[in-house]
Amino acid sequence: MSKQDHAALADAFNKDESRVDWHDQTLWFVREKRDKAVNKVPEWEWLRETASQIKNNVLSNLSEYLTQFEAQAVQNGVVVHWAADANEHNEIVYGLLKKHGVDRMVKSKSMLTEECHLNEFLAEKGVDVVDTDLGERVVQLAGEPPSHIVLPCIHKKKEEIGEIFHEHLGTPAGNADPQFLTHAARLHLREKFLTRKAALTGVNFAVAETGEFVVCTNEGNADMGAHLADIHIACMGIEKLIPERKHLGVFLRLLTRSATGQPVTTYSSHFKKPRPGQEMHIVLVDNGRSTQLGKKDFRNSLKCIRCAACFNTCPVYRRSGGHSYHTAVAGPIGSILSPNLDMKKYADLPFASTLCGSCSNVCPVKIDIHDQLYKWRQVIVQEGYAPVAKKLMMKTMTWVLSHPSVYHTAGKAGRWFMLNTPFTVNNGLNPWWKGREMPEAPRESFGQWYKRNRK
Amino acid sequence: MRVGLFIPCYVDQMYPQVGIATLHLLEKYGCEVEYPADQTCCGQPMANSGFEHLTQGCNDLFIKNFSEFEYIVCPSGSCTLHIKDHLHGGDGIRKKIYELVEFLTDVLKVESLDASFPHKVGLHQSCHGQRGLKMSQMTELVAPPFSKPEKLLKMVKGIELIELTRKDECCGFGGTFCVAEEAVSVKMGKDRVADHIHHGAEYITGADMSCLMHLEGILRRQKSPIRVKHIAEILDSKG
Repeated sequence: MSKQDHAALADAFNKDESRVDWHDQTLWFVREKRDKAVNKVPEWEWLRETASQIKNNVLSNLSEYLTQFEAQAVQNGVVVHWAADANEHNEIVYGLLKKHGVDRMVKSKSMLTEECHLNEFLAEKGVDVVDTDLGERVVQLAGEPPSHIVLPCIHKKKEEIGEIFHEHLGTPAGNADPQFLTHAARLHLREKFLTRKAALTGVNFAVAETGEFVVCTNEGNADMGAHLADIHIACMGIEKLIPERKHLGVFLRLLTRSATGQPVTTYSSHFKKPRPGQEMHIVLVDNGRSTQLGKKDFRNSLKCIRCAACFNTCPVYRRSGGHSYHTAVAGPIGSILSPNLDMKKYADLPFASTLCGSCSNVCPVKIDIHDQLYKWRQVIVQEGYAPVAKKLMMKTMTWVLSHPSVYHTAGKAGRWFMLNTPFTVNNGLNPWWKGREMPEAPRESFGQWYKRNRK
Repeated sequence: MRVGLFIPCYVDQMYPQVGIATLHLLEKYGCEVEYPADQTCCGQPMANSGFEHLTQGCNDLFIKNFSEFEYIVCPSGSCTLHIKDHLHGGDGIRKKIYELVEFLTDVLKVESLDASFPHKVGLHQSCHGQRGLKMSQMTELVAPPFSKPEKLLKMVKGIELIELTRKDECCGFGGTFCVAEEAVSVKMGKDRVADHIHHGAEYITGADMSCLMHLEGILRRQKSPIRVKHIAEILDSKG
């Protein structure tokens, strides 16, 4: 477990209730936008089912599609690299930069590089990375990780962004006008685009049939970076494949409607071959994905297309903030992906849910997220990562509830204490009581009433 | 029709009136109801906490107590869903257990009720009943609306069902989540309560007493005049 678990970090987040309200309402607004957008598509549920089946096919034949993709990409003049884990990925990227004597790079949104902690790795090697997605640039300047995979700085208020820009970009103090700040960021980033020789982008979809890949952005920053740089490095998890180009017709319709309620991203850019004089590299990263693929109960989490609809709908995420998940991919999907990367460190995450099931319902590729949360809980306990106190409590409960006579006696005793010595339950040791009253204990149980009245 | 009445442990101990209302309703519609005295718990509190492997005792007790019945009815969507999804070795039982509301609408096919409850009532959709048992349509899906609890509540004389801003947001109870993630749980509950208050509810009802117990705890802490009532109590109110 990390220094502080989700519950502790969420508790800290909840100290400022008006901020929690603001955070909840901001993300709920995105969920509502999503609802409006998807309700305009009568075949929405069919699209979800189709996308789910396409991805199931990909996962069942992943090695074939990967080989096909590699062959096509190589034929297109792209250099393909394979990385078994985060470190190999980082070394490959660094190796390419070093080879070209590049120590400054622009990077568009890539949650994979967050997962691999590429920025920190490159910083240690003396490479300066500028995140060019506006939200990512904001958190980068603030020295924080993204709190959301689509809206990286959603936890920041515009006044706070104004302060960050004042400090780092020299905008006037107190100016929090979004249009003004965006313009300032545009000027700041334009200089980076024009002067950087290397650009790294993520990949939303890689087409096995053609060897091309598609990058979706709203800001055009991936294109600006890639088109101006001599070296374009695209990093992708091996699960990002789709078999054929026509399948984009399903996924592009689902992605942004689910993510932000837009019909499509402003830019859905296809990259197939390097332009003359340019080098194009694709890094295919495993980093635990093959392991996850081998787990029957959890493999279909790899269908994820990183839309973050499950974040926006999650009542726990909205009220605990992305940083409370202490992992690159937060929210419900992060809670079923992260334990695969490090079960001990992320043993708390599958418990950061009420299992309400809203996540599974919004998921555009129909991942059974809440069922997997339940299953991860079983695995984590079986592997010995449950706190000792909890284990003891569960064993006691099991004993009481497995013996009817013990249960009846314990129930009677419990109600007697609640009725006659309320201070034994209404105190600081009882986490229920902290924000809620205990129920009023009745004189008799239903069982006792039934015996008197029906038998 | 012989019905085994399954009253969840916390309802048995803390909310006997919900069990009584459930029994009344079933008897009113001609069911021959029996409450097996040795029942305890479905095992969900352990299973949802990751200790499903400890639930064999509860599991075996459940099978022993309820195998003989034609139907099993329970006034809780959550406990019903747990039995349906996670009971080991009781395939017959998993098919014949019903949550009370769905038993009334789908098996007994209730079309009218002799009940009256002249109050403004907010319906809390408990997640396991709604998304698990599909008792109501879910706002996430592009699909035609329906609601089994609403259908029954609309048969009650004088009742005024209020609209909510967030129709099916979780209340934050979540079993052991309510203490393990106390801060978020309470905040979710406060927000749910605020939605009902904002729309003028006098009562909050639902098909799961666990959610209502959590919301009641928050309402009472706020010294709110709003009360919670299990849907069985409203459907069984005097006509």
